[in-house]
Amino acid sequence: MTAILSATGITAKHGRNTVLRNVDLSLNAGEIVTIVGPNGSGKSTLLRVLIGALKPVKGKVTHKDGLRIGYVPQKLHIDPTMPMTVRRFLDLPTPVTDDEAVHALCTCGAQGVHSQQMASLSGGQFQRVLLARAILGRPDVLMLDEATQGLDQPGSARFYQQIDAVRRDLNCAVLMVSHELHVVMSASDRVICLNGHVCCEGTPDVVSAAPAYRELFGTGTGGALALYRHEHDHHHHHEAAE
Amino acid sequence: MLDDFMVRATLAAIGTAISAGGLGCFVVWRRMAYFGDATAHAAILGVALALLFGTSIFLGVGFIAFLMAVLIFSLSGKGQSVDTLLGVLAHGALALGLVAVTMIPNQRINLDAYLFGDVLTVTRGDLGIIWIGALIVALVLWRHWTALLTSTVSPDLAYAAGMNPRREQLVLTLLLAAVVAVAIKVVGALLITAMLIIPAAAARNFAKTPEQMALLASAIAALAALGGVRLSVVLDTPVGPTINCVATAIFAVGAVSGLVRRPA
Repeated sequence: MTAILSATGITAKHGRNTVLRNVDLSLNAGEIVTIVGPNGSGKSTLLRVLIGALKPVKGKVTHKDGLRIGYVPQKLHIDPTMPMTVRRFLDLPTPVTDDEAVHALCTCGAQGVHSQQMASLSGGQFQRVLLARAILGRPDVLMLDEATQGLDQPGSARFYQQIDAVRRDLNCAVLMVSHELHVVMSASDRVICLNGHVCCEGTPDVVSAAPAYRELFGTGTGGALALYRHEHDHHHHHEAAE
Repeated sequence: MLDDFMVRATLAAIGTAISAGGLGCFVVWRRMAYFGDATAHAAILGVALALLFGTSIFLGVGFIAFLMAVLIFSLSGKGQSVDTLLGVLAHGALALGLVAVTMIPNQRINLDAYLFGDVLTVTRGDLGIIWIGALIVALVLWRHWTALLTSTVSPDLAYAAGMNPRREQLVLTLLLAAVVAVAIKVVGALLITAMLIIPAAAARNFAKTPEQMALLASAIAALAALGGVRLSVVLDTPVGPTINCVATAIFAVGAVSGLVRRPA
């Protein structure tokens, strides 16, 4: 399989601090990859480098020709002086038809908010509208930066289900950044554990067993790991059957 | 028709108002008021330069506003807050301009005309320049609308869509310089920012989308220009401030009626 997006030897700075050191990453078509890491580990910075918003000091980012990115930022602040209906927001940057807009909102579980002002949406609705906007460009890759921040647990679980539905619908790759380890890990093809550099990388079972990962997240993730192990057995049988 | 100075003044004010109204929305959305001040205040320095070299006021003001715009643009790329620096530039340029204007030999100029505008003395040639400038601003704004809007909502969304928000910021900066050059004769250096901000703020009360707000801001600015020029003749008041008084009154009416319609 060929990579639709790859980054090699990325070193990036935030002001004077070096936040990323020699990071390699590649993403294949249709793959779900999750980047996990503690606060300040450079997860969001890496995503911003990948979309071209931040120039790395060293290293190179390559996109497949005509790669379409659907980006869902961690948070979006629309200045209160700017009036913006949900419908108009979905037209950024490319105008879409009313049918497409309604369909995208339904797919993302945000039906009925169409004519509301963005500022009047709840946190969950707002995230869903951001997701709807991102999928309207029929992206090759959906990039989500801590997209469930500010949602309660059932809310974020539903949001991840939505992402899964969207991915099946569009058959796109998903690259997400998260701190919700257990939810994320079971859904991913590959996990990248980041802490300024790539600590470890691989299928969820490989990463969760890696000493570097355990060191980074400590014993606090015991529950999540246990939950994960369960999934691991399941995968194992599946693979054996193949 | 253009022989009547009142007609020329009214047309000049409306031309300025329309371009300032639309661009003003971005100044409000992106919180660039100080930025506008710095560019506008530098205009006085441009006036001094124009008088010194005997060139057109538009040329002198346009040149200095352009330099200031590029300077601020490059400073804003450094990442840290430039608020204080903008303040220094805005008022430093104004002070320097005021001093420079009085130092020009063999000139007895009416400084008020450049601080507060002097739209009643606008010539046919001035009118042509004002309208050409206004149309250019409107055209560029139209062509860059989507990219400007996306970059304003979120630079990262713009990057992800393959746009260059930094370039859009430069476009906006240059448009601002153009509006300053267009507006200097109409409202004067001190009130150009007001002409950008007040109509946009007034339009916010009624608009549901960015486009509605921009069109409405232009309409409100034109209305204020029309009313302001008339009123200034009747009351014998300076034109620039009077235009902005009318715009402020429209804002107040809108704000109050907004409160009545949507009780908080």
